[in-house]
Amino acid sequence: MSAPLLRVDGLKKSYGAILAVSGVSFEVMPGEIFGVIGPNGSGKTTLFNSVLGQITPDAGSIELNGKNITGLSPLQLNQRGVGRTFQTLQVFGKMTVRDNLIVAAQEHQGSMWSRMFAPGDSGLGARADALIDQFRIRHVADKKAGELSYGQQKLLDIAMAFMSEPDLVLLDEPCAGVNPSLVGGISTLLKDLNKSGGNGAKHRSFIVIEHNMDFVMDLCHRIMVMVEGTVMAIGTPAEIRGNKQVLDAYLGG
Amino acid sequence: MKKPQLLIGLVALVALLAGPPFLKNYGIYLISYWLVFVLANMGPNLTVGYAGQKSLGHTAFFGIGAYTVAIIMKAGFSFWLGLPVAAVGCFVIGLALGFPALRVQTIYLAFATLGFNTAVWLVMRNEEWLTGGTFGINNVARPGWFGLKLDSNLRYYYFVLGVTLLMGLLLWGLVRSPWGKAFTALRDNPIRAESLGVNIQAYTLLSFAIGAVYAGVAGALFASLVQFIEPAPFTVAASIMMYLMVVVGGPGYFFGPLLGSAVGVLLPEWLRFAQAWYLFVFGSAVVVLMLWLPDGLLSIPDRIKARRLSREASAARAAAAKSIRAAA
Repeated sequence: MSAPLLRVDGLKKSYGAILAVSGVSFEVMPGEIFGVIGPNGSGKTTLFNSVLGQITPDAGSIELNGKNITGLSPLQLNQRGVGRTFQTLQVFGKMTVRDNLIVAAQEHQGSMWSRMFAPGDSGLGARADALIDQFRIRHVADKKAGELSYGQQKLLDIAMAFMSEPDLVLLDEPCAGVNPSLVGGISTLLKDLNKSGGNGAKHRSFIVIEHNMDFVMDLCHRIMVMVEGTVMAIGTPAEIRGNKQVLDAYLGG
Repeated sequence: MKKPQLLIGLVALVALLAGPPFLKNYGIYLISYWLVFVLANMGPNLTVGYAGQKSLGHTAFFGIGAYTVAIIMKAGFSFWLGLPVAAVGCFVIGLALGFPALRVQTIYLAFATLGFNTAVWLVMRNEEWLTGGTFGINNVARPGWFGLKLDSNLRYYYFVLGVTLLMGLLLWGLVRSPWGKAFTALRDNPIRAESLGVNIQAYTLLSFAIGAVYAGVAGALFASLVQFIEPAPFTVAASIMMYLMVVVGGPGYFFGPLLGSAVGVLLPEWLRFAQAWYLFVFGSAVVVLMLWLPDGLLSIPDRIKARRLSREASAARAAAAKSIRAAA
């Protein structure tokens, strides 16, 4: 068995007297789609924000490819190959779809000073076009992102996280507010992106928070159930479905 | 750049090159004055318009540039020393003013920068040994260029035009480079930008520093244009006026400062017939503009385009609906 891509060990975070995450440990393997489910307030977002450098955990460690990344800033994490999406739409409204994608990876091209006065597309035009086709947003590629429909913006929002070809992408409710017909489309896209990898040689890993159970069960290789800041179970979708404790606590029979 | 824009640009350039010799002396002076403000407003257009940092302190840099050149020339040194010193000085002070923006944003940042502007203005007014206080510094000379004196208004005009074009070209290159995209990303959504690897701290500081250089160089040209400087043109009110010019022209539109400065500098001249009513007319126009065109005058073409596109989309939808009904 290969070494884990991400290892979270004994993560703790409290807000005053409230223990949001208390001693969470798990591993994500290269190429794995790892789901995180649990009721509201179970600590999923706090866990996400700790891994993504938005907040500093009180205790515990986070390792990426065997290197300690605990407490690094979102910027440093991005440079180390961690991509993410947010629970709500986060696109650059006044830039075109294509420019949204280019800016999503340009900071990985050379140094900041080498980019001053450099060509505007940073040599990323072809990569942006490939994602535009894959996400079927070709017809709106030159429109400003703020003028797109919610569904189109959601697709762009997800595509942006993949522009810099990260090893690990954290997706925070990729189906939130998306109509049922698009949910299947997003699932297919994520499965394709998982298999394709950045350069074809490696598989990309995802961590997905999502409340849509059909989506999670269909997409994820393994699922972690969180309840009140702790891990209740980790297992394959079949194992989670058959876990009586999980059924009682969350899935509700 | 698209063809009609290129054509308008060429016509404007020819007019700016060939027109002034036909103007009276005061007209030439006024156009130079306008160009100085065009150059100055490129600064806040970058800081505020492209990078979204709500700074109200740009007249301070305009003033620092003007006083730097005036003081250095009074001390017996050349304008050509004063100009780079003003530029470098403004870059450094602009960088320092950027630090508050790493902590506070929007209206709070506006107040912080307003405080900075007030402090700089107080130095200009109170430190008589350096700035001449309220009496200011008079007889600021115009520079020469390898024996060619730029004394006449016309010659100085061409000098100002040259500097404005040069710095305009540099800014054009910058906002079209990846830096321009990074500034816009910082403005539209700093949290997402950071998660995509955009060093938002560095770009925030640079947007302040580069914006300050534009205002500072314009200030240096201003000192030599009006040849007498005092604290009055660098007050907080003037800073708000500068911000207004950027907003009226179209923040984040490259040519916004051209129009905005025309509204701020040339329009008052044309509205002289209104005399006492001038401020009322001007104020009302600004209110109307903010209500209907919050993105400035240069957003008009974009609005027309957006309206046409949505009309076409509705027409396509209606046609599709008809064919679906017919098929059913």
